[in-house]
Amino acid sequence: MSEMQPLVRSGVAGQPGTPAEATGPVAGRPRHRDAGGKPRSLAGDAWLDLRRSKVFWTAAGLVAVILLMAAWPALFTSADPRECLLARKHAGPSGGAFFGYDFQGCDVFAKTVYGARASIVVGVCGTLIAGGIGLVIGLAAGFHGGWLDAVLSRFIDIVLGIPFLLAAIVLAKRLTADPASDGVLAVTCTLGLLGWTTAARVMRSAVISAKNQDYVAAARMLGAGPMRLMTRHVLPNSIGPFVVVLTLLLGVNIAGEATLSYLGIGLKNDAISWGIAIAEAGPYARAAAAPLVWPSVFLAATVLAFIMLGDAIRDAFDPKLR
Amino acid sequence: MTDIKAEVDALPGLDPRAPLLQVADLHVEFRTRDGVAKAVNGVNFWLHPGETLAILGESGCGKSVTAQAIMGILDTPPGHVTRGQVLYRGVDLLRLPEKKRRRVRANRIAMIFQDALSALNPVYPIGFQLGELFRKHRGMSRHDAKRRSIELLDQVRIPAARDRINDYPHQFSGGMRQRVMIAMALALDPEVLIADEPTTALDVTVQAQIMSLLAELQRQRNMGLVLITHDMGVVADVADRISVMYAGRVVEEAPVYDIYARPAHPYTRALLESIPRLDRKGRQLNAISGLPPALTELPPGCSFGPRCGYARDVCRREAPPAYQIAPHRVASCHFIREVLGV
Amino acid sequence: MFRYVVRRLLQMVLTFFGATFVVYALMFANQDDPLQALAGERPLTDSQRTALTERYHLDDSFLQQYWYYVKGLLTGDFGTSLTGRPIGSMLADAWPVTIRLTLLAIVIAAAVAISAGVLSAIRRGGVFDNATTLLTLIVLALPIVVLAPLAQLIFGIQLGWFPATATKDATLWQLLLPALVLGTLVVATELRVTRSSVADNLRADYVRTARAKGLSAKRVIGVHVLRNSLIPVITLIGVDIGVLMSGAIVTEGVFNIPGVGFNLFRGIRTEDGPLVVGFVSILVIVFLVVNLIVDLLYAVLDPRIRYE
Repeated sequence: MSEMQPLVRSGVAGQPGTPAEATGPVAGRPRHRDAGGKPRSLAGDAWLDLRRSKVFWTAAGLVAVILLMAAWPALFTSADPRECLLARKHAGPSGGAFFGYDFQGCDVFAKTVYGARASIVVGVCGTLIAGGIGLVIGLAAGFHGGWLDAVLSRFIDIVLGIPFLLAAIVLAKRLTADPASDGVLAVTCTLGLLGWTTAARVMRSAVISAKNQDYVAAARMLGAGPMRLMTRHVLPNSIGPFVVVLTLLLGVNIAGEATLSYLGIGLKNDAISWGIAIAEAGPYARAAAAPLVWPSVFLAATVLAFIMLGDAIRDAFDPKLR
Repeated sequence: MTDIKAEVDALPGLDPRAPLLQVADLHVEFRTRDGVAKAVNGVNFWLHPGETLAILGESGCGKSVTAQAIMGILDTPPGHVTRGQVLYRGVDLLRLPEKKRRRVRANRIAMIFQDALSALNPVYPIGFQLGELFRKHRGMSRHDAKRRSIELLDQVRIPAARDRINDYPHQFSGGMRQRVMIAMALALDPEVLIADEPTTALDVTVQAQIMSLLAELQRQRNMGLVLITHDMGVVADVADRISVMYAGRVVEEAPVYDIYARPAHPYTRALLESIPRLDRKGRQLNAISGLPPALTELPPGCSFGPRCGYARDVCRREAPPAYQIAPHRVASCHFIREVLGV
Repeated sequence: MFRYVVRRLLQMVLTFFGATFVVYALMFANQDDPLQALAGERPLTDSQRTALTERYHLDDSFLQQYWYYVKGLLTGDFGTSLTGRPIGSMLADAWPVTIRLTLLAIVIAAAVAISAGVLSAIRRGGVFDNATTLLTLIVLALPIVVLAPLAQLIFGIQLGWFPATATKDATLWQLLLPALVLGTLVVATELRVTRSSVADNLRADYVRTARAKGLSAKRVIGVHVLRNSLIPVITLIGVDIGVLMSGAIVTEGVFNIPGVGFNLFRGIRTEDGPLVVGFVSILVIVFLVVNLIVDLLYAVLDPRIRYE
C-alpha cells in the first residue's frame, strides 16, 4: 500500500456491517470514536460533519418553514386566496396582503402561502413514487445481475431516452383527461413515473459496488441467504447515495410541478400552485411585477433548500472529502 | 538544444566531493482537520554513486513521504517540510527556488512508483510521455525525441519497441509497464534513482526480472539507488545498506549482511523473526503485537516502546538518540547491547 | 471498438422503438374515441370521421397503427397537424431558429462552465470556488419557469438591456438573452462535473509522476490533467444538446421565438394530438442520435475504450 497520506487515524472509518476495526492504544479520544470509545459508523461520522455544516442548517431551516407553510397556511395569513375582488386588480400591498393583488384581485401573499401545499404534496408524493420504483428496480438489477440486470437496464435506457419534459407533456395530457379533477394525482403520477430513472441507476451502481465488497463474500461464506445479504449487508451500505438522489429529486419534482402547471398541463382549475401563479402573472408583468416575482422567489427558495440539503448530506457521506 | 546539465552544474554550492545525496534531520508534517500528523521525524541518510540503499519499513512509517520530500513533490497543503536539509552534492534542494528545483527533477534525481498503471497517464501513448522529457528538458525535436525514446525502450528490454512506441499504458502487461516507468526515469541520465516499492504490485517472477534490470542499469550508469520497500526478501539480494524506518524515524541503519545476521534494534529483530521459515514448519508465526502509532499522537519516548519486548521505563520517558555502534552502523535504542546479545 | 459501436447502435435502435412506442401509446392507446382525441375539442362530421379513420388506419389493430406510424416517421412522413399544415413543413420552418438558439446556448454554457470549473478545482476552497458553488446552486435551483419570465422582465423590459422577444429570423443579438436563460439549464451541472473531474484528476497518481518528471505546473495541468478531466465533460455537453432542445419549450414560449419548442407549446395548448406526437417523436429521435454520437465520441476521446 503506497502511502500518499500518512495514517491519520488507526483503521478506516467502519461502515455498518464491516467487521469491527482493530483498536490500538490511543491517548485521548479522536473524533472518529463516540463517547463510549466505540468506532463510529460512517453514518455517525456523517452526522457529526452535518451538524457542523452551516449549509445544512440553513437548508434545514428553510425546509422546516416551507413544510410549516404547507401544513398550516393559516399560521402565515388570515386571508383567503380564493377571495378575489376584481376591484382590487393589481392593487399595491395593504393590510395583511404584503405582496399586493394580482390581475384577478386575489391576495398574492395568500396565494403564495397556500401554493406551498400543492408543491410540497405533489413534490413529496411524486418523489416517494419515483423513489419506490427506483429502489425496487435498482436493487433488483444490481443485486440479481445477469439477464434481469440487462433487461432492466435497457428499460431504464428507454425511459431515459425520452427527455423528461417531452414525456411529461405526453403523459400528463393523458392522465388529465378528466376535466373535473384538479390534476394532483395526474401530476404526481407523471413525476413519479418519469423521475425514477436516476434513482434506479444510482441504486443499481451502489448495490453492485456493495455486493462486490469482501464483507459480503464473507457473510455469504458464513451461510447468509440472499434476502439476509440484501437487507442486512448490501442495502444499508448502498442507501446513502440513493437518499441523496431522492433529496435532489424532491427539488427537481417541485420545479417540475411548477413547470407543468405553467405549461397548462399540471394542476388545473381552482388549484393554487406557484406554477399557475407564475403563468398567470406573466402576461401582466409590465403592469405588476409582484404577482410574478413573489411566487417565483418562494419556488426558487424551496427548490434551493432541498438541493442544498441533498448536497450537504452527500458531502457528509463522501469518504473522499475526509 | 539547451544543455540542462550545464545549467544544473552551475548551481551554487555544488561540491563534487560531497555525498551524492544526503538527507539531514528531515521533518515532515501533515496538517489536517484531525490534527497534525508527524510523518517524518528526523531522518538521516546518505548515498554515494553506485550504492544501493534500501529503506525498509511498514506502511505508514514515512518512507514514501521521505522520498516525495526529496523529490519535492509533496502535496503542499497539507504536507510541510518543517526542518532539515536535502543535500544533492552539497546543494540544499529545499532552499532552491522552485524553478531550479524543477530542473533537478528527472535530470539529476528521478523516481519510479509502485503502480505503473495509475502512475502513467492513460490517455497519451507512452511515446508521448517519454518524448516530452526530451522535448521539454533538452529541447529536442519530436523526431529526435522519438528516436531516443525507442532506444530507451530497447535498453529496458521491451520487445518490438518501434511498434509499441505508440501504444497506450493499458495495452502493456504489468511488468512491461514498470519497465516503461524505469525508462522514463532514466531518460535524462539522472545520478540518483528513487524506486518507491517498484515491485510490490508485480508477480514474483516478474519482480525478479525488474530487480535484476534495475541492478544492471545501476551498474552500467553508476547511479545511486534508493530502494523503498516493505519486502525483506527483495532487499537481501540488491541492497548494500539498509535503513529501517518506524513511525517516521530511522531506527537502524547498517550494511545488509549485518542487519540480517545481527540486528541491533528490537524492531529489526522482530521483523526478521516474523518472516516465515521453512525449517520452522508447524510452529506459530511470530507476529509483532499491536499496531504502529497514530502519527497524530506519537507516544512520548521511543515510538516503538509500546510494542517492544525489551522496553523499560526509560523507553517511555526518553526517545533514544542514534547511537553509532560501528563505523557504518547506527541504531536508536537504549538497549542495543541486549538486542545484539553482547 | 467495433464491438462497442455495434452495441451502441443496437441499443439505439431498441431505445428508438421503445421510446416512440411509449409516446405513441400514451397519446393514442385505449381511447374511447380516438377520433375525437385526434380532433381535440372540435366536433367531427361523419365524413371527417371516415376520412380520419382511413388516414390513421383506425380500423386496424393498435400495433399495426403503431407500425404505420413508425414507417411514416422513417420515410419522412410526419403526418398532418389539425390545422391542416403538414407537420414536416412546420418542422422545416421551425428548426433553424431552434438550432441557432440551442447552439448559442451550448457554446456559452460550455465556455463558462469549463473555465469556471477548472479554476474552482485548482483553487479548491478558495473564494472563487465558494462563490461559484453558491452561484451554481442558485442557478440549479431556479426552475426555468421562474428564470425565463423573470429574466425577460428584468433584463428585457425593466432594464431594457436586451430585446424582450425574437422572431424567426432573429439575429444572434436578439437570441442572446434567451440563449443565456436556456444555458442556465445546463451550465450548473457542467460546471460541477468539470470541477469534480479536475479535482479528482489533480489527485491522481499520474500527476505525481508528471511532477516528478520536472514538468511545469502549467504543463501538468494544461496537458496532462485537462485531457483526462474533459472526457466526462465533453460527453455531458453532448447530452446537454438534447436536453436543451427539449428545454427550449418554455424558453421559446416566454420569448415568443417561433421554433420547435414554441410550436409544440402551442400544440399542447390547442390539443393538437398529431402535432404533439409528431414533434415529440422527432425530438426523441434527435435526442437519441445525439446521444449515440456522444457515446462514440467518448470512445474516440478515451483510448481505454478504443482499444479494449
